[in-house]
Amino acid sequence: MNQNASTAGTKPAKDAKPEAMQTLELTDNEATVGQCFTDKPKMSMRNVNVFYEDKQAIHDVSVDIAKNEVIAMIGPSGCGKSTFLRSLNRMNDTVDGCRVEGKICMDGEDLYAPKLDVVELRARVGIVFQKPNPFPKSIYDNVAYGPKLHGLADSRVDLDEIVEKSLRKASLWDEVKERLHQAGTGLSGGQQQRLYIARAIAVSPEMILMDEPCSALDPIATAKIEELIEELSENFTIAIVTHSMQQAARVSHRTAYFHLGRLIEVNPTEQVFTMPAHRLTEAYITGRFG
Amino acid sequence: MQATNILFLILGLGCFAFYLGRGRSLAIAKPLGGVRHLHSLPSYYGFHAALWCALPSLFLLSLWMIFDDLLINSMVMDALPAASAPADSASYNLLLNKIANLADGILPRSGESAALVSAADQMLNYRVVSRWSLTALILTLSLVGMAWGWSRTAPLFRARPVVEAVAEKSLLACACLAIFTTLGIVLSVLFESIQFFRSVPAFDFIFGLDWSPQTAIREDQVGSSGSFGAVPLFVGTLLVSAVAMVVAVPIGLMSAIFLAEYANKTVRSYAKPALEVLAGIPTVVYGFFAALTVAPFLRDLGEGFGLSVSSESALAAGGVMGVMIIPFISSLADDVITAVPQSMRDGSLAMGATKSETVRRVIIPAALPGIVGGIMLAVSRAIGETMIVVMAAGMAAKLTANPLDSVTTVTVQIVTLLTGDQEFDSPKTLAAFALGLMLFTVTLLLNIFALHIVKKYREQYE
Repeated sequence: MNQNASTAGTKPAKDAKPEAMQTLELTDNEATVGQCFTDKPKMSMRNVNVFYEDKQAIHDVSVDIAKNEVIAMIGPSGCGKSTFLRSLNRMNDTVDGCRVEGKICMDGEDLYAPKLDVVELRARVGIVFQKPNPFPKSIYDNVAYGPKLHGLADSRVDLDEIVEKSLRKASLWDEVKERLHQAGTGLSGGQQQRLYIARAIAVSPEMILMDEPCSALDPIATAKIEELIEELSENFTIAIVTHSMQQAARVSHRTAYFHLGRLIEVNPTEQVFTMPAHRLTEAYITGRFG
Repeated sequence: MQATNILFLILGLGCFAFYLGRGRSLAIAKPLGGVRHLHSLPSYYGFHAALWCALPSLFLLSLWMIFDDLLINSMVMDALPAASAPADSASYNLLLNKIANLADGILPRSGESAALVSAADQMLNYRVVSRWSLTALILTLSLVGMAWGWSRTAPLFRARPVVEAVAEKSLLACACLAIFTTLGIVLSVLFESIQFFRSVPAFDFIFGLDWSPQTAIREDQVGSSGSFGAVPLFVGTLLVSAVAMVVAVPIGLMSAIFLAEYANKTVRSYAKPALEVLAGIPTVVYGFFAALTVAPFLRDLGEGFGLSVSSESALAAGGVMGVMIIPFISSLADDVITAVPQSMRDGSLAMGATKSETVRRVIIPAALPGIVGGIMLAVSRAIGETMIVVMAAGMAAKLTANPLDSVTTVTVQIVTLLTGDQEFDSPKTLAAFALGLMLFTVTLLLNIFALHIVKKYREQYE
């Protein structure tokens, strides 16, 4: 599929009436505008619908995520961006009454195939939640949790190495190397969140999902995490949900704008924040709602 | 007027004062332009008046109830002519009882000495005077209080903090009541125990290995040496409790994990109440179930293996007690497991852990303080449990660690010591209090230990 298959930078075609430009109402069957698809996607979603019981949270979303790309998902509260993110590694399975339709593939493999091992999938696609949630264990054991589960280390030395490497990647090593065996709960909020990221990368995932990873953090801790995201993108594919448009602008390569469960626009980040292609995106980034 | 009637009178007056105070504040507020010009809401003025009306009177009533009989008794006894005055405190009480019975008409007056009859009449007289003066006093006090509370109703008067302060004090009073009751029980057990330890040395009691509490009633009786070594009883108690915990802890904990982590809503909504029904079965039912069904079954089963199982075995009593405790543990553990934040579960599942790995490595460690606390409480409960062991554990105080043998427990011995005819000053009866004290101390220490563990881990994990 061509990168520019969809027309980039043009307003929707049904602009027959000038006042339609102004309306912030969502019209039915609004197609996603912008560059949704890439040639060799790491992950590809086609016509994804997500339901909670009878309520539809995600409507017909199709998008690709390229390898080593950072894609930001923005949108007003309740627009379904977190739901969408969680359906990418089937964390939604733990929610009663949640149902996913459509096709989500990673490297061409259907993630919702009946035979797929969910546990293994979650090791391949890590997720970092909004609230840091260290396990009631030491810092070391927090990071070693995943490697131990999946038998990634054959010896204590291996495990030490994995823990150190992960903590270094999460730029937390220097702060905690003296107290690896103290409780992870004793760290500050920003450190806990980086511990969480270290924990996620310790199992060497292929992709990391981040659900508002900085919303509970102060600006300095946020800056550290953002720096970290940039470094991580060299090795990992990252999808990040954020409420902060500045953050999306700083860390991501592409930005996807969600509105009421629909994917409205996907474009290179620079373009989204300078020349949004859709009136709703424009309204959102200029602060008219959200 | 009877005390209960006076109580109702005070409460009625209090309600009346409430309406008066509230009405007055409303009346004051009206010309000012509404309730918002008052410091407090009208109902607070009402409560303020009602409190002034009722509280002093209630206080007076309770004081009167405590001291009125004492005063009347001493006045009656002082007025007795010297000839019929009692010599010592025992005959004083005897005489007082007699006069009171004469006054109440329980004893016939014919044949009693004139002094006693007149004393009885005097007592009746005093009582009437006391009642009427009490009524009058209370009525005056209530009305004065009501008037005071009513008169203080003014726009700037801060009635709300007053009501708040009284509410706080009454809550404190309730808390104190519970504490003082416990203290009273402990002290009474303590004093009786001290009396027991006068005749039996404490060392012999706590470390003695022989328990046979039959004391000689007559000097020449044989075979009733009366030895009070509590060790066999405590060993028996611990044995039965240990069996109970071996049954209850794994089953209770695992059913809690199932209910909290695996069961869906429908299963949970049926299974949880069904489990809690176990807790609602009276212990006496468990008791005869243990004695009539489980114990014979175990005995027959043991015979099949060539083991000699006593027909009243620690195993039967402990096993049934364990079943009784299952809902206790499962309900407490379920609460703490459910209280583990969902984010922990999500975090572990997101790492690619299975459900059981999550439970084992994250949920249980996080919920451990609560679980340990629950188990400790269950142990105290098992140690104090009486009915099942009375019916199924037996009476013989054997020093054994064999669960197939019959043992006796502290609670069983307390029951046997205190049922039937007894004299309250013999060591045999007083031993029950000493056992009670020791049992209380043990469970208290266990509870303190449990609380300590809970606190220690909580600091670490939260």
